[in-house]
Order: sequence, then C-alpha cells, then structure tokens
Amino acid sequence: MRSTLTPLAKVYLAIVFIILYAPIFYLIFYSFNSGGSMGSFEGFTLEHYQAVFDDNRLLVILINTVIVALLSALIATIIGTLGAVGIVSLRNYKIRNIVLSLNNILIVSPDVVIGASFLILFTMIGVKLGFTSVLISHIAFSIPIVVLMVLPKILEMNTNLIDAALDLGANRRAVLTRVIVPYIKPGILAGFFMALTYSLDDFAVTFFVTGNGFSTLSVEIYSMARAGITLTVNAISGLVFIVTVGIVVMYYFITKRSRKTEGSTR
Amino acid sequence: MKFKSKSAFVPYILWIALFVIAPIGLILYYSMLDLNGEFTLVNYRNFFSSAYLTMTLTSFWYALIITFFTLIISYPTAYLLTKTKHKHLWLMLIIIPSWINLLLKTYAFIGIFGLYGPVNAIVEMFGFDPTQILFTDFSFVFVAVYIFIPFMIIPIFNALDKMNPSLIYAARDLGASPLTTFRRVIFPLTIEGVKSGIQVTFIPALSLFMITRLIAGNKVITLGTAIEQQFLVAQNWGMGSTIAVFLILIMFAIMRFTRTKKKGGRA
Repeated sequence: MRSTLTPLAKVYLAIVFIILYAPIFYLIFYSFNSGGSMGSFEGFTLEHYQAVFDDNRLLVILINTVIVALLSALIATIIGTLGAVGIVSLRNYKIRNIVLSLNNILIVSPDVVIGASFLILFTMIGVKLGFTSVLISHIAFSIPIVVLMVLPKILEMNTNLIDAALDLGANRRAVLTRVIVPYIKPGILAGFFMALTYSLDDFAVTFFVTGNGFSTLSVEIYSMARAGITLTVNAISGLVFIVTVGIVVMYYFITKRSRKTEGSTR
Repeated sequence: MKFKSKSAFVPYILWIALFVIAPIGLILYYSMLDLNGEFTLVNYRNFFSSAYLTMTLTSFWYALIITFFTLIISYPTAYLLTKTKHKHLWLMLIIIPSWINLLLKTYAFIGIFGLYGPVNAIVEMFGFDPTQILFTDFSFVFVAVYIFIPFMIIPIFNALDKMNPSLIYAARDLGASPLTTFRRVIFPLTIEGVKSGIQVTFIPALSLFMITRLIAGNKVITLGTAIEQQFLVAQNWGMGSTIAVFLILIMFAIMRFTRTKKKGGRA
C-alpha cells in the first residue's frame, strides 16, 4: 500500500522542516560568532560559551533550573501515579469523571491564568516567593500530565493480577509496589519525562511566582532578550539544544529497553 | 478493581483542592476587589468599556489568524508525514523543536527579523531597503505560528495514523475524486485530531505574553499581555483577575466547542 511521495510533497515537507529547524541552528551558528551581533559572522570563537561558564550567577540559575525540574518531576510523578491509581479505584463513574475533568483543567488552562492565580494563592497563604513557590507551582502543573500518562496503563492492566496477589496474601502496599507499579512503569516513566520537560520549558508560571531573588533559565533568558541581543543567550541555546536532544535520545532508549524487557517476560 | 488505598489518594485530592479549585475561586474573588481591597464590581464595568472590549476582540482576531495559518500548514504536513517510510522517526524530528525552550526560539526571531538579520539581507539583495519587520503584526503572527506548528501536527498525525486506509481505497474504488475523498472521508475522520490541535493552539494564542512583549514590541494586544500588565506592572490584581475570569470563560467555551466526542458503535 506504500504510496510514495510526489516531488512536490517532498519539497513541502522539506520546507516545513527547514523552517522548524532554521531558527534553532541560526542561534547556534551565531553562538560561535566572534562579532557581537547575529547579523554578520566575523570569526569562530568559543568565548560566548566561556562566558556562560565564567558567569557564576548564570551557573547558579542553571543549577536551580535543573534542581527544580528534577525535584518537581519526581514529586509530581509520585503524587500523580498514586492519584491515577486512586482514580481507577473510584467505583462511582460520575465522581470519576468529575475528578478527571478537574485533573485536566490545569492542562488546558492558559499559563498566565495559572501563574496569576498561584501568585494570589501564595500571597494569601504566606508562602515566600522564591525557590519554594516555584517548586510547588511546577509540581502542581506537572501532576495532571503524569496522571494522563499513567492512567491508560492502569486501565489496560488485568485486574485479575491484583486479585491474585491479594488472594496469595499480599498486603496493599505489596500489591502497589510489587504488582501495580512494575506493570505501569512505562507510563510512570513517560509521565516523569513529560513533567521534566514541562518544568524545563515553563516560563509564564515561573515568571509570576518567582519573586526577586530566584530565577530559572527561562526567566533569565526573557530578561536578557528584553535587553537586546547578547550572544551569551546563543551559547545557552547551543547547550540547551544538546541537553534536549540528549534527553530525547535517553528517553527513546529507556522506553525501548523497558519495552524489550517487557517483551521477554511475557 | 478491588484494590483500594485511601491514604495514597490523599495528596492528589489535596492537590485538586489547593491548586485546581482554590485558584479559580481566588481569581473570582479578586476580580471583585478594587485597588484598596474593597468589594466592588467596577472591574467588570471597566472590562466592558471600549478599550478592553477592543483589546479582547483584537486578541481573538489574532488567535483566529494564528490558529488558521497553523492549521493550513500543519494538516498537509501531518498528512504527508503519515505517508513517509519511517513516519515515527520523522514525527520525532517534528517534536524535537517543540522541546527547545520557547523563549530561545522567540529570541532567535529577534535576530532573524532584525534590521541587520538574514531576512533583511535577502530583501537588500533584491534591491529593496531593509525595513523593520520586528514589532509588526506580521512578525507576531509568524512567530506564534512557528511555535504552534508542532503542537498542531501531533494530534492530526495521530488521527490520520489511526484511520483505516481501506476506507480511502473504498472511496476511490467507488469513484470518488481525491478532493471528494478528502472532503467526505479523510477530513471527517480526522476532525477530532483537528479539534484538539485547535484547542492547543487557540487558547495559548489568546494568552501569550512573552511573544508579544519580545516580538510585537510593548503593545498590549492579547488577553495574556493584559493580565501580565495588570498583575506585574500596574499591580492591579483585581482588574487582572477580571480579565483572567473572561479568559477562563473563553477557555471553557472552546473546550466545549472542541470537545472530542466518544461516538458509540464500532470505531
């Protein structure tokens, strides 16, 4: 049934790919520019990368960003996975649907609204704006996506497995850790990586709840970009690109491996 | 499922109460407060003044244009991608740019559209004077479309991928022209993908504020920019919350409009 693409179709796809990648490679290309602008390439240099690693403030921000991403993804994955297990155990379908709709609200909500409402919330309950508020926000907006990643895995699980485990004398904790979690591991993993990218990618929510002393990479890039063109930002984008592709490749291989081990146990 | 663990469910329920229900309540509450924290409906009256109504309509108009162009670029792309040999690899390559930080991609366009950027270099090559493309409506729409293309392609690709190809052969065998096949078979079967694509494009397009700030200059042209302006610049949380209330209402309306129906019968 293979219908091959016409030359015109190939050209169209090529143009789309070029447009999608051109700005990214444009940024990376000029990160090696010894001139100060993104207009004319004067000579090859690594000084902008040097500048990133010499700038202690920027390094602290980078570390902050990674810590917030890893921590928030981890906590969101735990809460979200338990939440998904809880949702499935809800017998009443009406309540289940209500919980699911509530779950999805934060996914479709505009970032600005989430940011603004969290800002009000933190101010009201007296959470100091900074690391804590940013971390809590990132956990909060990552939980629903974890639930959505884990839920289908639990639903496709054969409930006899749980009954069997219970009949064989496993307590609830053992059922969760030895039966359910191993089975839904691919979903949990996908949820964790989604949470990670949500956190790394977020700008708007963080921008609202970050306060003065604390900053993440996105917020820092925003303030640098508002000041105009600095090739340090280009160097950062080069690094971000490598890390992003690294995460994608890592995720690809982890899911491939877990798929393989899953296949061999069956 | 017989398995139940109430205590494990508690953090999640707390999360719903504290970070889903409470924030919406707080936004509603603040929308009825004036600058001095007095209870009032003046924010709502202000919202229905011509300045805010014009802004809301402009924001809507931009979001419509952005969604439209994103759709007409993404649909053919998704369709052609499903015809490629290693389609999931190609889809992966479409997804990767969407994972690069949004701010960095926006920043790139400050250079690309700048007075000394590559676009103006091409313009000059053809003998025209370089013009400022940044801070125009065109640049804003272009960058927004660029950002949303991958998010539109993914759901449409998935819908097309799930479609049973024998339906297309059936339509062709029964004498339908390619256009009729598309209009009567392919498009109706992938409408759910298109709807979720519109959902993930239109709502963010209404609420974007970093792109308008960086690319469209300091003009307040979207609801998102207006909220950011009220909250972080003017420090008028009441007015900001009122705009947010309307944004939430619009969001619910769009979700209703683009709701994916689970049809009965055989898929």
